[in-house]
Amino acid sequence: MIPSALRRTRSERGPLKSHVLSNLRALEAESIFIFREVAAEMARPCLLFSGGKDSTVMLAIARKAFAPAPLPFPIMHVDTGLNFPEVLAYRDRWVKELGLKLIVASVPDAIERGIVQEEPNGSRNRIQTPVLLEAVEQNGFDCLFGGARRDEEKARAKERVFSFRDEFGQWDPKNQRPELWSLYNGRVHQGQSIRVFPLSNWTELDIWTYIAAEKVDIAPLYFAEEREVITRDGMLYMVNEFTPRKDGEKSERRKVRYRTIGDANLTAAVESDADTLEAIVTEIAAARITERGATRGDDRVSETSMEDRKREGYF
Amino acid sequence: MAAQMAPQLRETDLLRLATAGSVDDGKSTLIGRLLFDSKTLFIDQLAAVERVSRERGHDFTDLALLTDGLRAEREQGITIDVAYRFFATPRRRFIIADTPGHIQYTRNMVTGASTADVAVLLLDARRGITEQSRRHAFIASLLGVPHIVLCVNKMDLVDWSEDAFEAIRDEFVDFATRLRLRDLSFIPISALHGDNVVTASKNMPWYDGLPLLRHLERLYVASDRNLVDVRFPIQYVIRPQSKTVIDYRGYSGTVASGVLKAGDQVTVLPSGLETTIERIETADGLVEEAFPPMAVTVTLADHLDISRGDMLCRPHNMPTVAQEIDAQVCWMDESAPMAKGGKYAIKHTTRWARALVREIAYRIDVNTLHRVEGVDQLALNEIGRVQLRTTQPLFVDTYQDNRQTGSFILVDERTNKTVGAGVIGRATVVA
Repeated sequence: MIPSALRRTRSERGPLKSHVLSNLRALEAESIFIFREVAAEMARPCLLFSGGKDSTVMLAIARKAFAPAPLPFPIMHVDTGLNFPEVLAYRDRWVKELGLKLIVASVPDAIERGIVQEEPNGSRNRIQTPVLLEAVEQNGFDCLFGGARRDEEKARAKERVFSFRDEFGQWDPKNQRPELWSLYNGRVHQGQSIRVFPLSNWTELDIWTYIAAEKVDIAPLYFAEEREVITRDGMLYMVNEFTPRKDGEKSERRKVRYRTIGDANLTAAVESDADTLEAIVTEIAAARITERGATRGDDRVSETSMEDRKREGYF
Repeated sequence: MAAQMAPQLRETDLLRLATAGSVDDGKSTLIGRLLFDSKTLFIDQLAAVERVSRERGHDFTDLALLTDGLRAEREQGITIDVAYRFFATPRRRFIIADTPGHIQYTRNMVTGASTADVAVLLLDARRGITEQSRRHAFIASLLGVPHIVLCVNKMDLVDWSEDAFEAIRDEFVDFATRLRLRDLSFIPISALHGDNVVTASKNMPWYDGLPLLRHLERLYVASDRNLVDVRFPIQYVIRPQSKTVIDYRGYSGTVASGVLKAGDQVTVLPSGLETTIERIETADGLVEEAFPPMAVTVTLADHLDISRGDMLCRPHNMPTVAQEIDAQVCWMDESAPMAKGGKYAIKHTTRWARALVREIAYRIDVNTLHRVEGVDQLALNEIGRVQLRTTQPLFVDTYQDNRQTGSFILVDERTNKTVGAGVIGRATVVA
């Protein structure tokens, strides 16, 4: 039995065109294959869910891969303590509606326990890595699904779908397993793990086109709305507890939305009128600046910041 | 006013291409040019490249910098790995597997070529056909890449000469008769100046073919897939233990080849038992038929003992059930060669077994295509013909007939590394 909400008729799916799968259906099929491969071969996988658009699409496809059975693995959120409250509410809604098992790895909690130390610049990008690795170890996960895409960044362009990590969770770009055909090798020794990226071959535009086509329920911050913002280093930040107005700064109400969702203290909004999924797709199709370039203070640090973070065990 | 639908919302298909060639051949420049001229490049990416170009004292924006990936590579001035890049035109979405060209990276090109619909090989018009171009063509042929495009680059440096181009083409055609290449095209280009990359060259009016991108947009690849031989490797068995879904048993997998239809009679391997496909399901509902690369779940009319690694096929069209495998293997392990008598884990479709190297018949000199006989091992990046014996039967077709059921990987059981890639030639039936 297939739940009726997921059932669609042939006419909605469109006619089959001479046995050629569209780009989106081919990408979806590849992702489903990857989920099933992991579920069949790895002992304890877990899906990293941030509430962002990529992990939302990842989760939506994971559910498709195992329907009508429930998801055969838990999901984990690395809570930096700097999340937009809207995103946390959205996360909890998904978990409740879908009956998912959620594990929260908390950075504030780790700071309190002395596991990690707050960095002077206030970014928790680096210190979330040990927190993630601790949760992996405590739960005995041998595989983590991540929503990273190869089009996002140079270091990611060279990462495998099945990315091997040593006992310290580290990525060594020179020590990657060759990946041929769709013959993935997830074999690891005790303590080692594999990061798996089912959306490796998706682009930002694919993600949005899919969200629009499938009407995936995404976090409300992605839709344009009038919000109170300040301009800082040429970027627009919403005025809230994470990015309060500083002395001398002027805030204004502008119609903005988020193109990526990361930590609230570092993620900037973009000016936009796109308040529907279709409008977002049109906007992204015409976008001339990368999503990270447009919105992320953290990726501007250096040309190699992502490579460095990955080497330390980050996604 | 009705909003105009973004071109990307139209049904486009996906073309996977592999590029091979070294930095000297202008490969990075070509890829940069494709991204730039197809307007896939973002302003901030371009600004970064312009900044670095200035810092390095270049007179022009070095598009090759776009594909410079890791710091480790920049420090050594080399490309060490397969990089995946994406671009789209209103007609098609493209995934480029960009591989370094030098001989020590043969394994990377093998990796990139394994999933490619088309291989774009680059050579320098001044130098003509080199050992490297012959090796690239051989690997593309070995990996069964259906379409090969040979781009003769740097035509600006040979005065856009038709004679120079024709000489290279004739020499390559002559060489290619020794390979199994299905579709071979030649395009004279200048990646640096953009001639015949996206737009037709004004400098080479004698060339009456399409520019590279237009050629790639129009390549007909639908018939490259095998829609004849039904092969459905069981990947995962779905058995929900719930109150709402009772007695459900679905067999999930991705169609390797052929077209599955509800109501079809199928044979289950290895048991040989026959049954009927009851339903073909996706999370979005039932489908009447499934074809590659669809990921579906089938239910069967009879309760049979079926598990991961088994395969559904048609009673009168079955793969070879084999434990003796004859294959060409590319060795990928830098720490140890493949040796006669070696034992490895083998993964073929969704099935794992163990394999013993019974014989290494010969090594292929990838530069001359000569067979080197009397060898007892294959070192890193070497390709040879081997005989394997597996602990479990595999359900194989020749790679020429079926890229999915004709390929396998070998894994070192001690290190768990992927150490070999194999394409199956003849396979003998188990007695």
